[in-house]
Amino acid sequence: MSEIVAMPPGIVVSEAEQREQPAWRLLLRRPAFVIGAAILLFWVVCAIFGTDFAPHNPLAQNLFAGNKPPSGAHWFGTDQLGRDMFSRVIAGSRSILIIAPLATLLATVLGTALGLALGYLGGVVDTLVSRIVEAVLALPAIIIIFLFVVALGVSTLNEILIIGFIFTPLIARTVRSAVQVERQLDYVPAARLLGERRSRMMFVEVLPNVMPTVLVEFTVRLGYAIFAVATLAFLGFGVQLSTPNWGTDISANYVLLGAGYWWETLFPALAIATLIIAINLLADSVEQVLAG
Amino acid sequence: MARYLLKRLGLAIITLILLSVIIFFAGQVLPGNPARSILGPLAAESAVRALDHQLGVDRPLVTQYWSWITGMLHGNMGESYQYQSAVEPLLRSALVNSAKLAALALVVIVPLGILGGVVAALNVGRAVDRIISLTGLSAATVPEFVSGIVVIVIFSVVLKLLPASAQAPAGSSFFTQLRYLLLPAVPLVFVLFGYIARMARAGTIEALESDYVRTATLKGLRRQVVIWRHVLRNSLLPTITVIATQTGYLIGGLVVVETLFNYQGIGNLIFQAAKDKDFPMLEAGVLTVGVVYMVATVIADVLTTLLNPRLRTEVTQ
Repeated sequence: MSEIVAMPPGIVVSEAEQREQPAWRLLLRRPAFVIGAAILLFWVVCAIFGTDFAPHNPLAQNLFAGNKPPSGAHWFGTDQLGRDMFSRVIAGSRSILIIAPLATLLATVLGTALGLALGYLGGVVDTLVSRIVEAVLALPAIIIIFLFVVALGVSTLNEILIIGFIFTPLIARTVRSAVQVERQLDYVPAARLLGERRSRMMFVEVLPNVMPTVLVEFTVRLGYAIFAVATLAFLGFGVQLSTPNWGTDISANYVLLGAGYWWETLFPALAIATLIIAINLLADSVEQVLAG
Repeated sequence: MARYLLKRLGLAIITLILLSVIIFFAGQVLPGNPARSILGPLAAESAVRALDHQLGVDRPLVTQYWSWITGMLHGNMGESYQYQSAVEPLLRSALVNSAKLAALALVVIVPLGILGGVVAALNVGRAVDRIISLTGLSAATVPEFVSGIVVIVIFSVVLKLLPASAQAPAGSSFFTQLRYLLLPAVPLVFVLFGYIARMARAGTIEALESDYVRTATLKGLRRQVVIWRHVLRNSLLPTITVIATQTGYLIGGLVVVETLFNYQGIGNLIFQAAKDKDFPMLEAGVLTVGVVYMVATVIADVLTTLLNPRLRTEVTQ
C-alpha cells in the first residue's frame, strides 16, 4: 500500500523538476548536444586562430613538394602547389562560418516577421504570397541560389544576402503555421478585447510563444546554409578570403582523384562532414528539448 | 473525384505559369548581353546590335515572354547560344541520362528508407531508433559532393572496383551503364534516406498507436501478421508523398553529383548554361525541372487520395 502511495508523488516531482529546469541545462544533459557543441567550438576556434597554430603556413607554396601523400611532416599530404593540407584544413573553416550563420540569422529575422504577418493577418496577401512561395519551392534551392550568385557575382555579402533571402520563405512558412495555431488560443482574443494594437499583439503577445519554433528553425536552417555555402564553393563559387576554403580546395583538386591524389580532396570533405554533423546534433537536441 | 483532380491540376498549372514568369524575368536580370557573349569582346557594335535583333532580344519584355512561352508549348525551346543548335535534343538526352541516374537511386532508396523507418518505429525510443534517426539526419545534410568523394576514394581509388566517372562509353550494354552509375547513385541515396526513413517512421508509429492495430492484436493475430497486413499498408501513405516531393531535391543533388562524376545530365546542363549565360538553354532547363517536380507532386497527391478511402470521401464531399 505504502508503495502505491509513494509512487505518484515521485513522478510528479520529476516532471515538475524537468519543467523548472532552464532549457540550456536540459541541453547540457544530452550527449549529442555536448558532442556537437564541442566539434562546433573546435571549428570556430580554428576559424579565428587557425592560422596561428597550424604547423605550416597554409598559403606557403613549395613547387618541389607538390602532391605528396600524407607523411610525418605533412599529416594530410600536400596539394599541387606543395601547400600543407593539414594546415589548410585547420584554417579553412573561416568563410563558411562567417557566411552560413549570418545568412541564417538574416533569414530567421525576415522569415519570422513575414510568417507573423501572414499567419496573423491572413487574407488575400497570405494566399498570394503562399502561391509565389510554392512556385519558387518547385525549384531545388541550390539551383536558385547559384543562379543568383551567377547573376550578382561572388562575394561574402552577396552570398549572405542570397542565401538569407532564399531561406526566408521557408522559415516564414513554418512560423506562419505556428502563428495560426497560437491565434486559436484564448489569450489572443483576450488581448484584443483589452484593446491592444495589431503590431503589439504580434510582437509582444504572439512572438514570445512561437520563439521555440523559431529557435528550432534557426538551428535546422543553419545546417542547410552550411550545406549551401559548401556546395557553392564546390561548384566554383567559393568566396576568396586570405585564408583557405574547404569547398574551394575540393573544387580545385577533385579532378586529381583519378590520378590517386585522394588526400587533397578527402580531408577537406571530411572537415565539412564533421561540421555539418555537429550542427545536426545540436539542431536535433534543440528540437527534442524545446518540442518535448 | 474528377472535380478534385481538376482542381489539383488547375493549381499545378497556375503555379507553373507563375514559375515560368519568375524564370523568364530572372533570366533578364542576369547581366551580360547575349549577342556580345556570342560574338566576343572584339566584335563591332553594329554587328552586336544586328545579332540582338536577329535573336529578338531587343523587343519589349512582354512580347519576348509571350513568344518564349508559346514556343515552349509547341515544343520549340529555341536555340542554345553556347552550342549554336536547338535546345530541345540536347535537353532531351540530358533528361534521359538524369532519369537513369535518378531511377537507380530511387530503386535503391525506397525499400532501404522504408525498411530503416519501419525498424526505427518498431524500436521507438531505443538505441536502434536513435541511431537510425540521427544517421538519416546527418546523411541528409552532408553535401552530395562530400559523400561522393568518400565513396570515390574508397571504391575507385583504393579498392579500384568501380569507375570514378559516370559516363559509360557510347553504346555500352545495360549492365556496363549500371556499373558506371552505381557510385554516383550513392550520394543521392544518402541524402534521401533520412527523409524517407523519417516519414516511414512517423507513419508507422501513428499506425501502431491506432485503434485498428490494437483490435488486430487483441483478436489474437500474430505480431508479424499485424505489422505486414495492418501497419505497413497504412504507414506507407505519407512515404509516397515524400518520395514525390523529394524529386525536387533529387534534381538539385544531380547538379552536384553530375559535376563531380562528369556526367551529361540535366543538372550539369543547367549549371554549365548558367555559367556560360546561355539563356535559352538555362530557361528551358529550369522550366523542365519545374514541370518534372509539378508532375511528380500531382501524381503523389492523386495516389495518396486513391489509396486512402478516408481522404477520398473527404475530397468528394
